[in-house]
Amino acid sequence: MAELKLPISEKEIRSLVVGQFVHLSGRMITGRDAAHTWLMQEYRAEVAPYLKDTVIYHCGPVVNQKDDGSWEFVAAGPTTSIREEPYQADVIARYGLRGVIGKGGMGPMTLAGLERSGAVYLHAIGGAAQVLAEAIPRVEKVFMLEEFGVPEALWVIHVDLFPVVVSMDSHGVSLHDAVEADSKAKLKELIASKA
Amino acid sequence: MFNNVDLVETFTELIRRASTQLPAEVTDAIERGRAREVDGSMAQKALDTILVNITKAGEKSAPLCQDTGTPVVWIKYPVGVSTKRLKEDFTAAVHRATELKYLRPNAVNTLTGMNTGNGAGRGIPCIHFEEWDEPGLDVRMILKGGGSENVGIQYKLPDSRLEAGRNLEGVRRAVLDAVVQAQGKGCAPGVLGVCIGGDRVSAYEHSKEQLLRPLGDTNMDSDLAALEERLLQETNELGIGPMGFGGKTTILAVKLGVLDRLPACYFVTVTYMCWADRRAFARINQEGAISWLS
Ligand code: SF4
Repeated sequence: MAELKLPISEKEIRSLVVGQFVHLSGRMITGRDAAHTWLMQEYRAEVAPYLKDTVIYHCGPVVNQKDDGSWEFVAAGPTTSIREEPYQADVIARYGLRGVIGKGGMGPMTLAGLERSGAVYLHAIGGAAQVLAEAIPRVEKVFMLEEFGVPEALWVIHVDLFPVVVSMDSHGVSLHDAVEADSKAKLKELIASKA
Repeated sequence: MFNNVDLVETFTELIRRASTQLPAEVTDAIERGRAREVDGSMAQKALDTILVNITKAGEKSAPLCQDTGTPVVWIKYPVGVSTKRLKEDFTAAVHRATELKYLRPNAVNTLTGMNTGNGAGRGIPCIHFEEWDEPGLDVRMILKGGGSENVGIQYKLPDSRLEAGRNLEGVRRAVLDAVVQAQGKGCAPGVLGVCIGGDRVSAYEHSKEQLLRPLGDTNMDSDLAALEERLLQETNELGIGPMGFGGKTTILAVKLGVLDRLPACYFVTVTYMCWADRRAFARINQEGAISWLS
């Protein structure tokens, strides 16, 4: 399994294809519904350096604050990505993101955006909160914690061998579209073959 | 009654168990799925990760999934017990379990978007009470995750798109369609709780109640038993696979329940439970002795 270091170049991202397993190491950021709306309301200069050339993780973690005030992720699996479909391509283009991590895949607007901007959609294993939390050894800082609450805040995290599958690449290919088309064809077949 | 029992503590332990330990039969079903998948496939790697995750969560007594879900609870109580107090105690247990990080602060004010911070809110936890003739309490809870809740769906038969009529063939089509619509988004492989009939509200509740059944049980109604088996096989022929990566393991069990209906209505209601099929059951007798049923 390939290891990819974050931040990452457009060239490296464009070399990825659907179906590859990769391990991510380096700095990334979390963000879900509130974060995406907020990032698009206006340009957030304070967060921009933490988005550039890295990936945004659709995740609403369980977080523990230690006695010394530092944070640790206790449980941190992906959340459903499709809710960010209206914003994702724009957030990628505006902040120079190289990818998105989430679950369930995304739609045609994002797929086109990935191709345009040179980014990928990485699928983490839904519900694998412990495995993924262990791959997040350090929390660097957090944005909008007060306003959004723990699950919705933007957490700047460091990951070590974080496992994901490339399920939408920068060449217009989506694993989700393929699986959906196949399953729909199979459904037709099953329905045609009554009892 | 139950005055000498610390119900808040008992309910907190119930929540801890559900959030951190997957029932062995669910783990077994995932393992069987793994054995069927092609070696080295994405489907198999996804299931491997899930299995490692289950072990780690149990060892660390930490949540299996960060979405700790809605506690949906069915409580049977003897005559004379205050359901108001049971509800207060269960809500207090949700607060405590949230403090202890067995639950994520998971309740959001729908209008303001503000998190209540303590895991409880209007309608959360969701508790169903039923009086019974036994002297003790029977408490059954599932933690119902949001991603899988979002792919739940209700059909109104006849359905012209599916050419589904008001019969078991129509039910079959609706259930197959529900799984295709869900793809991997409910964190497949999942368990389906289905209610045939009922009204729009009772049907969803009854479909969730099906999730309390053991995965391997057999429906008492032989026609439904046959349909459950057929749907289990057919949903796994759809090729959606774990996480929607493609593969043979899409659904781990199908459980069909029935409610009577109005002449004008015929609903098929599907609740999708993710692989994190978290449940915990307990019996509490009058002296406060607890037996864990799961
Ligand atoms: S659907 Fe289930 S496993 Fe997936 S993120 Fe939600 S609660 Fe977790």
